[in-house]
Amino acid sequence: MTALLTLQDATRRFGGLNAVDKVSFSVEAGEVLGLIGPNGAGKTTMINLITGVHPATGGRVLFDGRDITHLKPYRIAGLGLARTFQIVQPFPRMTVLENVAAGALFAGGAAHMRDAEAQAREHLRFTGLFESADKPAATLTLAQRKRLELAKSLAMKPRLLMLDEVNAGLNAAEVDDALAMIRRIAERGVTIIVIEHLMKVVLSISQRIVVLHHGQLIADGEPQSVLRDPAVIEAYLGPKYAAAMAAGTMAGGPA
Amino acid sequence: MKNWLILAVSALICASLPFYADNYMLRVVTTAVMYVILAQSWNFIGGLAGYPSFATAAFFGLGAYTSAVLQSHHVPLLAAWSAAAVAAVLFAVLIGGAILHLRGHYFAIASLVVAEVLREVINTTPDITGGGMGLNLPVPHGSIAAQAQFFFYAMLILAVMCVATAIVVRDSKLGFGLRCIQQNEDAASILGVNAYAYKTTAFMLSAVFVGVAGAIYASWVHYIEPPDVFDIMLAVKPLVMALLGGVGTLFGPAIGAIVLMTFEELVWRNFLTVHAAVLGVIIVLLVLFLPNGLLPLLRSWLDRLRGHS
Repeated sequence: MTALLTLQDATRRFGGLNAVDKVSFSVEAGEVLGLIGPNGAGKTTMINLITGVHPATGGRVLFDGRDITHLKPYRIAGLGLARTFQIVQPFPRMTVLENVAAGALFAGGAAHMRDAEAQAREHLRFTGLFESADKPAATLTLAQRKRLELAKSLAMKPRLLMLDEVNAGLNAAEVDDALAMIRRIAERGVTIIVIEHLMKVVLSISQRIVVLHHGQLIADGEPQSVLRDPAVIEAYLGPKYAAAMAAGTMAGGPA
Repeated sequence: MKNWLILAVSALICASLPFYADNYMLRVVTTAVMYVILAQSWNFIGGLAGYPSFATAAFFGLGAYTSAVLQSHHVPLLAAWSAAAVAAVLFAVLIGGAILHLRGHYFAIASLVVAEVLREVINTTPDITGGGMGLNLPVPHGSIAAQAQFFFYAMLILAVMCVATAIVVRDSKLGFGLRCIQQNEDAASILGVNAYAYKTTAFMLSAVFVGVAGAIYASWVHYIEPPDVFDIMLAVKPLVMALLGGVGTLFGPAIGAIVLMTFEELVWRNFLTVHAAVLGVIIVLLVLFLPNGLLPLLRSWLDRLRGHS
């Protein structure tokens, strides 16, 4: 396997704050990587850094061997790097179909509008939104909007898909549906980075997990070994719990 | 197809006007057609891309002065008008590079300043532009009536070109991308829309026809001065017309232009002193009661009628 995405000492500074601080890791082609960390760890900043929304102030980002650190977001999107937003970002007064067609037309290589709409219908069928194709995007429920985000990114024919809290705000049944969908996307050969709060979600689909804390990478490895990592336990549950864990007086890891 | 038919029919009706209208009527309609151009042009940047531009007056005055100065150096009429188009487009690219990264009110204010800067530039270069004294243009040959018809048809042809461009743009990738930008620029960029290139193109489209309209206007009235062709109302009225007709719709701005011009002419003739106040009241009423404009309102009425029958 070869690295599809590589971060080398990637840093993003906002004023005096290093929101992402010298982070290095890479994602192999075809891998499903979990990116976790407590609130404010810098997860979303990391996505913004990779997609060029807030470009790195230090270090480099390589996509398929190419330096994309200072490319504009639309160029990075055109290379096959798609993301969903934690806070959904539909075009509210366009139909669901048009929303998805936009992804196909501007980044997915659709030749013209009709082609883009045909492709969009396929992605709507895949995400279960086919019935809502002609509704304005603003009328969708939250769960549907999350799926719309997914359909939009899929329409871009991504090689790497970054899912930013695509399950936040969903109930248990909806989360299971979403997980099944993410697995099917991975089966198509799309490399995926899952950014999540819900540990269950990350554990069940990631082959590897990286953990961010205060903008720094504190762990990188297999899900089970990362969960037993004292630094990770401390970041999530505090030093007292970590010490108790180390002493063996408490069972299990963070849930 | 339907849109092209609407354009063709309304253009033909307008074109027949000189055969039965008097010179006063022709003059009013020429002005109305000029405002159709201004309002439709504003719609490219203000309606489609959602950038509330006040730069219309700048493009208008720039076109007028480009053409007038060239004609004072004996450049032929059509060449001077074409030069006005080129000047307006180049200026839009230049200014767009400076202010199109601003959003909302910031963009509006920055675009408002542009016309004022140009006006000062003209004022301080009297050797070339005549400065505050204004500039006389060569009076064309032919009778008064023939001249009136010539400038009417020139405006009308330009208006048809402008609306035709709007029809083409609306169903194009460009139009779709601009609508994406208007609704959520960040999301549009992430989906691969080159927002800067799209906005600049929209700004160029909003400049080119206005520049030529300014040039035609200058030739039509034979004399221009900075307060006339950089008048802030040249920026405000197209915006109000687009709001009145329906922002971002295809024919809304043109309908708004005709309705407002008709209304204005009637008020102007009958209540000379309160004219400006009436315009102000219209703007306020528009914002309060008709935020989507006339065209969407008409459409929903039509839909309701169809629903009942």
